[in-house]
Amino acid sequence: MSGFARRHPVWSVIIVIAVAVLLWMMFAIWPKWLTELIGSKKIFLNALFNGITLGGLYFLVASGFTLIFGLMRNVNLAHGSLYLLGGYIGYMFSDWTGYWLIAFPAAFILVGALGIALQFLVFRRMEGQDLRQTLVTIGISIVMADLMLWIWGGDFYNIAAPSWLSGPLETFFVTAVKSSGDLVFLKYPMVRVVIFAASVVIGVGIWLLLNRTRIGMLVRAGVDDRDMLQATGVRIQLVFLAVFAFGAGLAGIAGVVGGTFQSVAPGEDIRFLLASLVVVIVGGMGSIPGAAIGALIIGLAEQFGSVYAPTYAVVLTFLIMVLVLAFRPQGLMGRA
Amino acid sequence: MSKNLLAAVSVAALMSASSSAFAQEPLKIGFLATLEGTYTVLGEDGKRGFEVALKELNNMAGGRPIEVITASTDASPDSAVRAARKVVEQDKVDIVIGPLSGSEGIALRDYSKTQPQVTFINGISGAQETTFVNPSENFFRFNMDGAQWSAGLGEYVFNEKGYKTVATIGEDYSFIYTQVFGFALGFCSAGGEITERFWVPLGTKDFGSIIAALPDDVDAIYLGLGGGDAVNFLNQYQQAGGDANLIGGTIMVDGTVLNSKGAAKAALVGVPSSGPQADDWDNENWKKFVKDYQDAFPPEARFPTPALMATGYYNATIAMGACMDEVKGDLSDGQKAFRQCLANLEMDAPNGKIKLDENRQAIGTNFITEVVEDAEGNLSNKLVKVVENVDQRLGIDKAAFDKIGLPSRDVPECKKEY
Repeated sequence: MSGFARRHPVWSVIIVIAVAVLLWMMFAIWPKWLTELIGSKKIFLNALFNGITLGGLYFLVASGFTLIFGLMRNVNLAHGSLYLLGGYIGYMFSDWTGYWLIAFPAAFILVGALGIALQFLVFRRMEGQDLRQTLVTIGISIVMADLMLWIWGGDFYNIAAPSWLSGPLETFFVTAVKSSGDLVFLKYPMVRVVIFAASVVIGVGIWLLLNRTRIGMLVRAGVDDRDMLQATGVRIQLVFLAVFAFGAGLAGIAGVVGGTFQSVAPGEDIRFLLASLVVVIVGGMGSIPGAAIGALIIGLAEQFGSVYAPTYAVVLTFLIMVLVLAFRPQGLMGRA
Repeated sequence: MSKNLLAAVSVAALMSASSSAFAQEPLKIGFLATLEGTYTVLGEDGKRGFEVALKELNNMAGGRPIEVITASTDASPDSAVRAARKVVEQDKVDIVIGPLSGSEGIALRDYSKTQPQVTFINGISGAQETTFVNPSENFFRFNMDGAQWSAGLGEYVFNEKGYKTVATIGEDYSFIYTQVFGFALGFCSAGGEITERFWVPLGTKDFGSIIAALPDDVDAIYLGLGGGDAVNFLNQYQQAGGDANLIGGTIMVDGTVLNSKGAAKAALVGVPSSGPQADDWDNENWKKFVKDYQDAFPPEARFPTPALMATGYYNATIAMGACMDEVKGDLSDGQKAFRQCLANLEMDAPNGKIKLDENRQAIGTNFITEVVEDAEGNLSNKLVKVVENVDQRLGIDKAAFDKIGLPSRDVPECKKEY
């Protein structure tokens, strides 16, 4: 940390100032000129928090994607289909059992199992052939999209959150002061808070797994030099299977999350594939912290865009991607 | 492999060449609907309406068997043109039925001008511009546009519901502009005020911040969303604890949203809306159509009652069948007689009488409805009021209507006199 400050004094000052301004905007009661300039504090805080929670969802999808890419150099373009399948499975299980929480292990296990099948039956046979793998994954995603349309139809599915999660949560952020002097506190959807907390827990979990366990050590070694790892006698195919299953399972969990605060429907697979591609390109291919930062940036850009520049909201995320590709092609956290 | 392909192609070519000698040559119809993307469910119901009509026609039109070529679009204009080019230029269809969505209709109107040998009958797309600006000679629309579908709603919510100020939120494209246009004309001339208009890109899935930006000092919020966007909005609106009065655009309270799985739709109970049909309308033709629709598909493969997409495609196909019968299947002379018949056709459709104006645009019946929940928890549109003979200018005279301008993000301006 102090090393960074010494190497980049100007950037450090800018970052400190930006964080200070942000904290002030979050906690202070806004003066009138600021409200007139950019609208009410309620809108700003909501955009901020929504951006962070949306980033949480994007992180869940993109972390599996980036993990698989980092280890196997396999650009899995069927990742969005795994997300969508997770959503449908989650809906069926929560509808069937009546327990929302059941949806998560169900989606993780079933989609993870599909991941194992894909790796074992398909990708293992075309190791190291990038173009072939890419084309095959596109094919798989098209076939899966049609199969899911066949099974579940084109309807919109909404995974019902349990009653303790529905409705808003009163937070301690003051958004305005009434003329009587009473403070107005921000109300924020409970379900989004929980989803964000869950993605932080999962993110930290992945980081610990990668950095503090033997399996994680193998995975990291595999990312750096796969052939050398194999030469030391590690059964690399097993590691591949585990990572693919885990990445696919994460996509499945993300599907349940997405189905809870958005909806599950045909077309979502492409949307989330695109989102995770953008996130991973911005954050850096193969890096978990990169996926987190990329997801946060894209989520915030989408939400702030949707309120402050609705017409250009769609362009904004791609603009960020273009900028990153132009100035730091390996991604913010990627290694050159 | 390629040899087989070549053989198949030449056999097909020979067959199509030789069959033109027979009078019973099949009638080729290109069917376009949104069978992918945000509006998939809407397109699927359009297809059901089309199939009910084909069944009623016994798959024959003017003594010729009907051959259908289906092409899918995704609600974007370029996908509609791509699909239309495929069926027109590659499959050589005689008639195109479609498209479904607003901006697709405008694109196909322009495309239809380049293909004068083909007749285009609109499926259910409802942008005003499609038939109002530079109409195309061979493009017919037997459904009303989005503004006509709003006819009477503004007056109703102002007078009966007592909403004086309204904010609107809608998807940023032509059909919703047209819907808000129709709503605003009625609401503002009744004395209401539209304080703000929010436009979100079509396909928006996270409305969190937009919901927070909705003003809380208005009497009601007008929702001009459709398909998956509508479901997402309602879901997140409930999660955010929203409790404002809502007014629904036509596709916001359509069967496609009312029948979505999950709790999101519950926010719609009691919401007033308007559109070209009401689920419980006590009318012989409507009841017959509902029954035909229900008989044609098993319950799990359809909605409880047809959504307006099914009705629109049904009407378009029945109109086509009626006129093919009248001209006895003769499409010679650039389909002249057939088009003449379409232009003068007066339909006794399931959703009221329909005839066409000089731009080949429907004049029809509009319905004010409210969403009700039955004992099993199913939602449907209950009829409140019928507005008859709604034309494209909503009863305003030509000079005054032209002065308002074309529907867009901020047209029409909200005022008492137009």
